[in-house]
Amino acid sequence: MIKSFSLRAGLLASVMAFAPAAFADTPKDVLVVADQIDDIITMDTAQSSEFSGINITNNLYDRLVDFDPLDMEAGFKPALAESWEVSDDHKTITFKMRDGVKFHSGNPVRAEDAAWSLQRAVKLDKGLSFILTQFGLTPDNVDENVKADGDKLIIKLDQPYAYSLVLNSLTASVASVIDKETVLPHVEGDDFGNKWLGQNEAGSGPFTLAAWKPNEQVQLASFAGYWNGEPAMKRVIVRHVQESSAQRLLLEQGDVDVARNLSPTDVEGVETKDTVKIVTEPRGRLLYMGLNQNDKLLSNPAVIEAMKYLVDYKGMEGSFLKGQWKVHQNIVPTGYLGASDDNPWTYDVEKAKKILNDAGITSGTIKTVVRDIADYVNVAQTLQASMAQAGLTLEIQQMTGAQVLDAYRARQVPIFIGEWGTDYADPNTNVSTFAINPNNSPDVKHSELAWRNAWAVPEDLQKKAMAATLEGDADKRKQEYLDIQQEYRDIAPIVPLFQKIGQDAMQKNVDHWNSGGAVASVYYRQVTKGE
Amino acid sequence: MRLFGGLLLSLALTLLGLLVVTFIIGRVMPIDPVLKIVGERATQAQYDAAYRALGLDQPLWRQFAIYVWDVLHGNFGMSISTGHPVVSDLKRVFPATLELAALGTLIGVSVGVPLGVIAAARRGGWIDQIARVVALVGYSMPIFWLGLMGLLVFYGILGWVGGPGRQGILFDGMVTERTGMILIDSLIAGDWAAFRDAFSHIILPATLLGYFSLAYISRMTRSFMLEQMSSEYILTARVKGLSETRVIWRHAFRNIAVPLVTVIALSFASLLEGSVLTEIIFSWPGIGQYVTKAMLAGDMNAVLGGTVVIGTCFIGLNLLSDILYRILDPRSE
Repeated sequence: MIKSFSLRAGLLASVMAFAPAAFADTPKDVLVVADQIDDIITMDTAQSSEFSGINITNNLYDRLVDFDPLDMEAGFKPALAESWEVSDDHKTITFKMRDGVKFHSGNPVRAEDAAWSLQRAVKLDKGLSFILTQFGLTPDNVDENVKADGDKLIIKLDQPYAYSLVLNSLTASVASVIDKETVLPHVEGDDFGNKWLGQNEAGSGPFTLAAWKPNEQVQLASFAGYWNGEPAMKRVIVRHVQESSAQRLLLEQGDVDVARNLSPTDVEGVETKDTVKIVTEPRGRLLYMGLNQNDKLLSNPAVIEAMKYLVDYKGMEGSFLKGQWKVHQNIVPTGYLGASDDNPWTYDVEKAKKILNDAGITSGTIKTVVRDIADYVNVAQTLQASMAQAGLTLEIQQMTGAQVLDAYRARQVPIFIGEWGTDYADPNTNVSTFAINPNNSPDVKHSELAWRNAWAVPEDLQKKAMAATLEGDADKRKQEYLDIQQEYRDIAPIVPLFQKIGQDAMQKNVDHWNSGGAVASVYYRQVTKGE
Repeated sequence: MRLFGGLLLSLALTLLGLLVVTFIIGRVMPIDPVLKIVGERATQAQYDAAYRALGLDQPLWRQFAIYVWDVLHGNFGMSISTGHPVVSDLKRVFPATLELAALGTLIGVSVGVPLGVIAAARRGGWIDQIARVVALVGYSMPIFWLGLMGLLVFYGILGWVGGPGRQGILFDGMVTERTGMILIDSLIAGDWAAFRDAFSHIILPATLLGYFSLAYISRMTRSFMLEQMSSEYILTARVKGLSETRVIWRHAFRNIAVPLVTVIALSFASLLEGSVLTEIIFSWPGIGQYVTKAMLAGDMNAVLGGTVVIGTCFIGLNLLSDILYRILDPRSE
């Protein structure tokens, strides 16, 4: 007889060893969020341009003006600036700083700090600095044009911009107010503390940065001295959970309060649970199709028009994009001033065929690259099928994000399928990239989407887009954007297809969740948890 | 002493070779690291500034020389995909993988070796059949599917184990970090609750990895054993009237110990490489995920750092099994 290792005993022992821990719900004053946060590379607001990073810094820092997370519709409101005055020529804005506000360090928030923060962002020239430099601020003139005077901050603009555009821009993360005195000792060379602020924070926001482990989690701790009242959540823990199904399990087990990246299938799965609710908000992200005008076939106006009828909008919206994207054929997303709901194009292969045949086009082949994200690939393949019906062959090669971006920046993507996210809460954020191309020459390497698709935007349309940034009257400005979009739809080879719908699944007891909607990033300070 | 010096020299040369190859692969890879830093919005001026800051405008040999010089000084540079120094990243991710791989190998060995031995001793018997099925399933099941099903059953339905991640949120950051391996750290701190929590999180992924190494180890053990069992000295031992247990464990098994050590060491090393899929499913912040992500971002500092660590482990484990060879097998000098 073999006195063998008893498999059964071993198994039994290991089962017993399984900790029968009680998996209770998360504590009442802690918010646990499952999210994909592996894109964060910095906490410096002057550098950060990635979604997850800004979702964090939005809660660490305050800005001069900000949205009220409980009333987003109201638009920007006073935050660190208590009030402001616009000069008669609309070229100078004077902000009066709120009194008695303190940074996390205990230092007072001064106009001096606000001025330094904006100067710093312009001089560093990283990330989203263009949000500030679009007002004529340059590293050379910014000390002169952004100045502190006592408790006043004075910003001089190069044009009489609509003040809503300026203030909307100042709600962006790049305009965060940083504690100058805390950062100065950490400055290395001419980096303005960029290295130190990459991993630390010096804000006055409702939360402090308790810990950041890349690809793992970020922990925020509430700031007791917050000027707007200490948040109800003493800790916010954002955990990186890559897989939708893993996020769903965590949510169902009560180990997380919010799951932010559930697939349509998993949303359907949890929707039926009575402990879970889904909060749906349109986000400021568009899925679009860019037709490169360097391509002989794609630059044919008939092809541009036909392509707009070769997209199965409703079909995709109702299947693999279900609940996560809605049809949106305009460059200004829902939720922005001047957003348009006109979606004139339908899926109509016959019509597309006719347009092509009338122009004498019966066949053609296009080779393109698509980023290896399921939604993009699915859209591209659906397009491939309908193009085939109209006699056009689309060859798709999948690549990583960096590879596709590399090619796109070099104007080498014939048909680009991908996303564009807004950068600040004003329609100009999209109009200035979709409908402005200052110079279509291949050598200038602009970053506008129009340039990347080699589209020489008609002068007239560009003029209208510029004029809209200067229109002081809100109603007139809105109408101007509606007109621009109508014209855009008729002629542009860059075709918006869908707008992102944010679906955040959470425990029923989570109240006042706000992902920032279409115009901002997530806010945690107003979140409460009931019984 | 001379032997030791020779070993060190070969170690250094191997590592240098590893660096050269990885560096070249990294530089010819069609992924632009600058884009990860500057993002989609960057103007050409911003792009150029970041390009220079990374030193990519230098000739290749110079970049490599600078890199090796820095590495010799313990500086692996900054990771562009995490924004942290590579050394601090590795200090965080490697212990996570080490802990998981060690427990996985432990499970694999403690079940796989006896299973292989018994399967060989009772060749064609039901244990052999089971071992065959177990190994076959282990080879052919996608780990992705097994992992998700494991989570669904043991975490989602039964609630026996902790969910994705290394710890429950209440325990996070509560144990003083010494080794970075939470099981060990919580033991040092004498914090039993934290230990149980960490154990409940690691047991499922470790069992899964253990299962895969079990499949390999049991097959290898079985074939080593069969080879021995057909040798003449086994026949002699049996003729001498030794008990079957003694023949198998004292005679045959002792002789397979040497090659088995190599098999186990290699299996352990391959787990250390990081099972990327397991790490992704279980949100396990290990080195496999880290290096994969870095690779996709063209983050060469991180890839090189990770490769050096994993490569060193491979070399070290090889060395270790060489040494064990000498100890276990008296014939070798």
